[in-house]
Amino acid sequence: MATARIEVPATAQRGEIVTIRAMIAHAMETGFRRTHLGVPVPRDIITLFVCTYNGVEICRAVLHPAIAANPYLSFSTIATESGTLVFHWSGDNGFTATESAAITIA
Amino acid sequence: MAVAAVLPSTAAAQVTRTQPNNMPDVIRKRVGGAQINRGRVKLGLPPLVENGHLVPLTVSVESPMTAASHVKAIHVFAERNPLPEVVSFYLGPRAGRANVATRIRLADTQNVVAVAELSDGSFWSDSMHVIVTLAACLEEL
Repeated sequence: MATARIEVPATAQRGEIVTIRAMIAHAMETGFRRTHLGVPVPRDIITLFVCTYNGVEICRAVLHPAIAANPYLSFSTIATESGTLVFHWSGDNGFTATESAAITIA
Repeated sequence: MAVAAVLPSTAAAQVTRTQPNNMPDVIRKRVGGAQINRGRVKLGLPPLVENGHLVPLTVSVESPMTAASHVKAIHVFAERNPLPEVVSFYLGPRAGRANVATRIRLADTQNVVAVAELSDGSFWSDSMHVIVTLAACLEEL
């Protein structure tokens, strides 16, 4: 299981725009590198990130090899109701990871 | 100077420069044939990058982000990367604000372009020239 770090404010005012930051440990191997023997290193990246807020998609990102190792993504959402944000990453070689964070509307 | 000794000669540097991609083609392939206007998009990148493996990138788009008028997608392209597509964000009115950030790799000194697709079908872009001293992608493991 990959290690992911999520930053979501625990509480927010209704209608407030909150910033969400998500980072996951992953090498994001580009497929362009070679070992010192000249053997190409196969591509192994995360290709898709999806964030849902109580089941509604709020952000989706399609990633390419030009995303740095340990992909970090920051975006925002309107705090509409108390609930759960679910973060899902998927990629090459069957990689998947899911994290969630709770948000409470004050 | 010690630094000068490790720098490749100008001729060698030209040989190792990556080839630029045909950006109009690359962008058209992703966003279609619509006209792309300059403005409304603000691309944030350091003008001088020491390490091309980790370049902080921000894109913000002027938009009220309402159901009637919002940013649908933000695409980022790098002209001299081996693969010019960098990232595509898909947003909606629930985002509240069209501000996104990530960290990217740059293989060379080059232009980076961000294109935003709005809900009214218009496209807006911003580009920036970035100088990279240590390139990503080309090293051995």
